[in-house]
Amino acid sequence: MQTTSAVNGANYLTYQGKYKGLLGWIFSTDHKRIGLLYLYSIATMFTTGVLLGLAMKFELLAPGKTIMEAQTYNATFTVHGVIMIFMVVIPGLPAVFGNILMPIMIGAKDVAFPKLNLLSWWLYVLGVMLVLAALLFGNGSPDTGWTFYAPYSFKTGTNMLPAIFGAFVLGFSSILTGLNFLVTIHRLRCPGMKWTKLPLFVWTLYGTAWIQLLATPVVGITLVLVALERIFGVGIFDPALGGDPILYQHLFWIYSHPAVYIMILPAMGAISEIIPTFSQKHIFGYKAIIASTMAIAFVGYLVWGHHMYTAGMSGPAQYYFSLLTFIVAIPSAIKVFNWISTMYKGSINVQTPFYWAISFIFVFMIGGLSGLVLGSLATDVHVHDTAFVVAHFHYIVFGGTGFAFFAALHYWFPKIFGRMYDKAWANTGWLVFFIGFLALYTPMFYLGLMGMPRRYYDYLEEFHSGNILSTFGSWVMVTGFVIIIVNLIRSARKGAPAEANPWHGKTLEWTIPSPPPVLNFETEPVIGENDGPYNYE
Amino acid sequence: MEHAHHVEHPDMYDEESSKIGMWLFIFTELLLFGGLFIVYSIYRYLNPEAFHLAGEELNRTIGTINTVILLISSMTIAMSTTALRKGHKKVAIALVVVSFVIGFAFLVNKYFEWGVKFSHGIWPGSEQMLAEMSQGEILFFGLYFVMTGLHALHIIIGMIIMLFTIRGLAIGKVTIKRPSMLDNCGLYWHLVDLIWIFLFPLFYLIH
Amino acid sequence: MSEEKHQHVVPYRVYVIILIALLILTFSSVGITSIELGEYTVAAALIFAVIKSFLVLTYFMHLKYDKLYIRVMVGFVFALFLVVIIITFLDYLFRT
Ligand code: HEM
Ligand SMILES: [Cu+2]
Repeated sequence: MQTTSAVNGANYLTYQGKYKGLLGWIFSTDHKRIGLLYLYSIATMFTTGVLLGLAMKFELLAPGKTIMEAQTYNATFTVHGVIMIFMVVIPGLPAVFGNILMPIMIGAKDVAFPKLNLLSWWLYVLGVMLVLAALLFGNGSPDTGWTFYAPYSFKTGTNMLPAIFGAFVLGFSSILTGLNFLVTIHRLRCPGMKWTKLPLFVWTLYGTAWIQLLATPVVGITLVLVALERIFGVGIFDPALGGDPILYQHLFWIYSHPAVYIMILPAMGAISEIIPTFSQKHIFGYKAIIASTMAIAFVGYLVWGHHMYTAGMSGPAQYYFSLLTFIVAIPSAIKVFNWISTMYKGSINVQTPFYWAISFIFVFMIGGLSGLVLGSLATDVHVHDTAFVVAHFHYIVFGGTGFAFFAALHYWFPKIFGRMYDKAWANTGWLVFFIGFLALYTPMFYLGLMGMPRRYYDYLEEFHSGNILSTFGSWVMVTGFVIIIVNLIRSARKGAPAEANPWHGKTLEWTIPSPPPVLNFETEPVIGENDGPYNYE
Repeated sequence: MEHAHHVEHPDMYDEESSKIGMWLFIFTELLLFGGLFIVYSIYRYLNPEAFHLAGEELNRTIGTINTVILLISSMTIAMSTTALRKGHKKVAIALVVVSFVIGFAFLVNKYFEWGVKFSHGIWPGSEQMLAEMSQGEILFFGLYFVMTGLHALHIIIGMIIMLFTIRGLAIGKVTIKRPSMLDNCGLYWHLVDLIWIFLFPLFYLIH
Repeated sequence: MSEEKHQHVVPYRVYVIILIALLILTFSSVGITSIELGEYTVAAALIFAVIKSFLVLTYFMHLKYDKLYIRVMVGFVFALFLVVIIITFLDYLFRT
C-alpha cells in the first residue's frame, strides 16, 4: 500500500489525516487516538467523581449537617456512584489501554471495526452528557443510588429519565467495545500469534469482552423497564400493581455483578504484564492465569444474588449464591499466587509501575478477603448496607481497578506519549496516594462493623473519631492524586524522550518506536515457535 | 486503493469478521430479550390463572398470520443470499424487497391488533385496566405491550437495514465478493423471526 | 486476510423445505395448544418453538455451514441464558 509510506516517519500523535486539529482527534478512527480520547474523558470524569467523594467525606467530618443537607448528600452519592461505575471503572482499562495497546500486542494494524470504535467513544460522550443533563435540569439530581432500585427509582420526583437513559447509552458503548475486541482478537492476530502466545492482558480483555457483551444487555432492558414504568406505569416492578421489586434486583445484579469482573479482569491483566517485566522472569503459570480468567468470567455470571441476601430471597437461593460466591473467589486467589511466584527469585527492578502493582496486590487481597465476609450469609446480614460494604468495594474497585489503572498508566506512559515522566515525583505521588487511601478506607471497615450505615449524611457521636481519620485520609489521597497528575501532564509535554523499550518488556508493543507509528508496524510481525510474551532468560 | 487519503482505516474488509461481528451483536439482542423472558416466566409462574385468562383476550388468528408471514419473509431473505452468490443480482434485490413488504405487512397487522386493544381501553397504565383487571392480568398486558412493542421496534430496524442493503446491492457496494451486508441483514432478520417464534406461543397460545 | 473462500451456496430448495417444515410446526403448535392439555400446554408449545428455532438457526442462519467455533458460541449463549433463568427460579420456586 502506498499510503503506508506516505505517513512513515510521522507517529500517531503528530500525523495529520483528513481533518486538522481537534477534529483530527474526535473523528479519528485510529485505535490509539481513540484510546487517548477515552483517557482524557475518563480522567475528567474521574476528577469530577473524586471531587464529589471529597465533598461527601467533608460532610462526614462531623455528625449532623456539616456542609450539605440530607437530600444533597443523597444526590451526591448517587452521582458519584454513577460516574465512578459507569463512566470510569467500567470503560476504564479496556477503553483506554485496551484500545491503545491490544491491537499492537496482537500484531494488528487496528481493531476489526475502526468506525464502530469511534462510535463507541461518541456514545460514551453522549451518555455522559445525558447523565449530566439529569443534574442540571428538572427537579433535582437523581437520588436513588447508582443501583436505581425499584420501586423508588420510578416513584422519586427527581430527574431520573435522562440518568437512566444515559446509563443505557453508556452500556451500549461498552457492548460495542466488547464486540469490537472479540472480533479483533479472533481475526486479526498476526501470523504465529497463537492463542497460547497471547499476552495475558489480551486474554483478560477477551474474557471481559464476553461479559460486556452478554451481561450489559440485561441491565439495558432493565433500565428500559424502569423508564417505561416511570412514563406509563406498566406495573412490572410496581408492587401496587403486582410487580416484584426483588425481580428488579435480580435483573440489575445479573449485570452488575459480572460488571465488577469487567472492572477487575483487565486490571489483573495489566498487573500480569507488569510483574513479569519488572521481575524479568517468565510469568508463573501462564495457562493457569488464562484458565482462571475464563473461569472468573463464567462463574462470575452466576453469583449475582450475594447482593440480595437481605432482600427477601428464598433460603435455597441464598445458600446457592453463598456457595458459588466462595467458589468464584478461588480463581482470583490463584492469580495472587501466580504474581507472587513470578516475583520469587526474579531480578526485580523497582520502578513506579511496580510499586503500583504490589500495592494493588496488597489492597486487592484485603478487599477480596473482606468480600468473603460479605459473601457468607451469616456475616453479611450484619454488615449489609454499612460502611463496611463501602470500604470493601472501594478496596476492590478503587484499590483494584484504580491502582491497576495507575500502574498501567505509568507502565505504558513512555510508549503512549514517547516521553518519560519524572520518576522521583511519580514515586512520591504513589506513596502519598497509597497512605491516603489506607487512611481513607480502612476506618470504614471498623465503622461498618460497629454499625454505621452507608448512604447517610449523618451519624452517631460514637463514630466520630473514625470518620475524622477517614476524612483526613481523603485529603492526603487527593494530594497524592494532584502530584501524580501534575507530574504526568508536565512529562507528557516536556519529559525526556523515551526509548522504544524502557522496561525491557517482551510483548510486541515494545518492539516498535515510542510513540507508535500510525499503522503500528512497518511490516507485519511474525511470531516464531520460540517467541513468547514472557520469554525472559 | 480507492481511498488513498484515508490513511486512517486501511481497507480491513473481512467476511468472517463481519459475520462474527453480527453474531456477537445478535447475542446481545438475545440477552436483551432474554431479560424480558425472565420477567415473563417469573410472573407467569406467580400468576398462572391470570395469565391464562388474559391470554384468551389475544387474537390467535392474527398471531398465527403474523407468524406465517414472518417465516415466509425469513425464507425470502435467506434465498436472497443464495441469489447473490449465484450472481443473480436482480433476483437478490427482488427477494429483499419482498421481505421488506412482508415486514411492513406484519407491522400493519400489529397496528390493527394494538388498535383493537386500545379501543377496548387496554393500554399500559390505562384506567380501565387498573379498575377491572387483576394484578396478574395487568402484568400480562404490561409484558405483552413491552415485548411485542420491542419486537416491532426490531422489525422496523430490520426494515431500515433492508433499505440500506437494497441500496448497496443496487449501486454495487454489495457484491459476490463483498456479500456481508446482505448476509448480516439476513441474520438480523432471522433474529427478529427467532424472537417471534417464542413470543407467539407465550402470548397467543396459552389457553 | 485473503484465504480462498470455498463458500457453500445453499440451494433454494433447502429453504423451501425448511419453510414448509416451519409452517407445519406452527400449525401443529396452534393445534395442540387448542386441546386442553392442562399444565402440559406450555411445555408442548415451547417444545415446538425450540424445534422451530433450531431449524431457523441451522438453515436460515447458516450455522450448519459455519465454522465450529461459531456454533459453539451460539450454543454457549443459549446454555448461559438457560442457566441464568434456572438460578433465578431457585429463588421463586422456594419462596414461602
Ligand atoms: C477520592 C476518591 C473517593 C472518595 C473520597 C469516595 C468516597 C465515597 C463515599 C463517602 C461514598 C458514600 C458512602 C455512603 O454514604 O454510602 C462513596 C460511595 C461510592 N463510591 Fe466512592 N469514593 C472515591 C472514589 C471512588 C471510586 C474510584 C469508585 C469506583 C468505582 C467509587 C465508587 C463508589 C460507589 C459505587 C459508591 C456507592 C454509591 C451509592 O451508594 O449508590 N468511589 N464513595
Ligand atoms: Cu457481586
